[in-house]
Amino acid sequence: MTVTSPGFTSPGTLSPSTSSPGTSPGTLSPDLSPPMVSDTSSPSQATPEDLTDIFGAEPTFKKPWRIAEIFLLLLALGIGIGGFAMVGYVMNGELPDTFWLESASMVGIALFMHLVIRFVAPWADQIILPAVVLVNALGIVMILRLDLAPAGAAGANAIRQTQWAAVSVVVAAAVLIILREHRTLRRFTYTSGIVGLILLLSPMIPGLGMEINGARIWIQIAGMSIQPGEFAKIFLAIFFAGYFFNNRDNLTLAGPKLGPIQFPRFRDLGPILIVWVAAIAVLVMQSDMGMSLMLFGLFVAMLYLATQRFSWVLIGFCLVGAGGYFAVQAFPHVSQRFDGWLHAMDPAVIDRAGGSFQLVSGLFGLANGGLLGTGLGHGHPYLVPLSFSDFIYSSLGEELGLTGLLAVLVVFFLIVERGLRTAIDVRDGFGKVLAGGLAFLIAWQLFIIVGGVTRLLPLTGLTVPFMAQGGTSLLSNWIVIAILIRISNEARRPSIDPGLGEVAPVNGDESQGYVVVGQSDTPAIVSGSPSNDATEMMDALPRELPPDEDATEMIAPVSGGTQ
Amino acid sequence: MSELTFTLLRLGYLALLWIFVLIAVGVLRRDVSTRARLAGGGVRRNRNATVKPAKDTPPAPPKPTKLTVLSGSLVGTQVPLTASSILIGRAPGCTLVIDDDYASSRHARIFPQGDQWFLEDLNSTNGTFLGDQQIHGVVPLGIGTAVRIGRSVLELQG
Repeated sequence: MTVTSPGFTSPGTLSPSTSSPGTSPGTLSPDLSPPMVSDTSSPSQATPEDLTDIFGAEPTFKKPWRIAEIFLLLLALGIGIGGFAMVGYVMNGELPDTFWLESASMVGIALFMHLVIRFVAPWADQIILPAVVLVNALGIVMILRLDLAPAGAAGANAIRQTQWAAVSVVVAAAVLIILREHRTLRRFTYTSGIVGLILLLSPMIPGLGMEINGARIWIQIAGMSIQPGEFAKIFLAIFFAGYFFNNRDNLTLAGPKLGPIQFPRFRDLGPILIVWVAAIAVLVMQSDMGMSLMLFGLFVAMLYLATQRFSWVLIGFCLVGAGGYFAVQAFPHVSQRFDGWLHAMDPAVIDRAGGSFQLVSGLFGLANGGLLGTGLGHGHPYLVPLSFSDFIYSSLGEELGLTGLLAVLVVFFLIVERGLRTAIDVRDGFGKVLAGGLAFLIAWQLFIIVGGVTRLLPLTGLTVPFMAQGGTSLLSNWIVIAILIRISNEARRPSIDPGLGEVAPVNGDESQGYVVVGQSDTPAIVSGSPSNDATEMMDALPRELPPDEDATEMIAPVSGGTQ
Repeated sequence: MSELTFTLLRLGYLALLWIFVLIAVGVLRRDVSTRARLAGGGVRRNRNATVKPAKDTPPAPPKPTKLTVLSGSLVGTQVPLTASSILIGRAPGCTLVIDDDYASSRHARIFPQGDQWFLEDLNSTNGTFLGDQQIHGVVPLGIGTAVRIGRSVLELQG
């Protein structure tokens, strides 16, 4: 029998009565060799019958009806479709030509994804999908409004965005169906790293890459221009999760201590320096400040998630500061961006090519919107260049006001919160780091672009996830959501393994004794075994096990890092 | 479309957005409270369980009833003492699996003989300490003596 996993032993690991099989209680003498041979040998006698015995209780857990998801989806669709209708009536006094097509697409997207989740990830979180559908629909409402504007925001194309949304959902569903186990991704740690770097640097390949609006972040394939960096971020998140999780002991424990902060060893700094160089290369050669900031932020955040060492964050900040200072000094396009940020209201800077005209008109738009907004169709968001993509945030702010913007931000907050919650709940360390990293990715991207539009940060070319017009961004963010939903399903699936602060009964025999965990508010990990060999064993599990049983075998709680 | 209708629509739309947010937050709250209830139930069950071994042993005062982790990642964990030995280490098969990088996979063992409990170091890499003293082989272990394994400290309690 090859099924040897710590999961089996964990219910029993804490029980004094089952811990020493083969040794009758009370007869131990000091000169006896340790009674425990090894954990791997004792559960190896488990037969499939034992499995059903141990997991016999599982089918009695009721799958959620997902009523909350259905209800929230209906509400989100109502907001979206109501928005389409309202935009049409306000602007032209009739339903827009594309109303039925867009509405039907949104309904189809919601229904399709809901059904897919219901069948392949029935335990998954119920808020993520409606929240994403809502922001996606709101984005299309805004793009449709700009599309219909008589003065015209050249380039806004609601139908195209709807098509991209449909494609994205199909791809996300495919990811959800193919990826039955997020831990599978761990096997592709280094492959993902290489693919991510290639994607990131691909726009620099002559002939393939092309330059739009001054940034060389696009490649042209089959007549379509795509932004490979958007996909690179997913691959790199998988790589970081796998790499940091494997090496977290070195990254956490080794190194000199200076005051309260423990610094890492110099050789462990290698990967962080490589990514730093890659981020700077993206900044310099592709002149894409947003992508380089996003990449480096993701890296530092995931490193922190895996190691819980604040010194990494400190080092990251210092490197960003140094790199940023150097870039401002050395490269004119970066210093121009900084100039447009710091002296945005200076007339000379506004009028200059590549100056702050876009930023300032976006700010005027936000000001025009005020607290309650001008209402859909009554503002002038089309006056801002790229009002439908990079500056969709200021367009929304103008027509929905601060009230609407805050609602949108809270919806994003909910998505991110569910992602972080998933990271806390999921029982394997790789999943924790990955889910935390992906949730952070959405939050960080939103922070950079909203900060840029509201002049908190220098303006960068990132897009508001799910809202801004652009197929690549939409597609990649839907894939991120698919992975999050997959991990969330894993995290919320009932398991007989003890969770954090919970206690497993000893093979169902409740009289045999427990371990009480965490009388304080910080429950301890009872039977987690984060050792690498244990997780390796997990990966080597035979795949023919039905997924239901497979998942319960994962190691019981592993904290994101060791303390 | 009249000005009034438009204003109503405009405000209604914002209200609808916030209704979505509030309902979603409501779902979250229900989720959190269900979990808290479940977790609370679990703890209650366990408290009863720890009482049980105490009942089994007659109240002879110096007799230890549990092994408590005083510091380290498992701080607060208690293992009720029964007639069998307790194996401590990082290996998942141990009775007390400690998540400590300075502990060996099978680090030490605590076992009863007669009325006395003993501590045995199982050739661990970083040693087992009784107070400040590293132990070799088997030593008797009394109530309230701190045992240090890696960065975790444990003691027997009555």
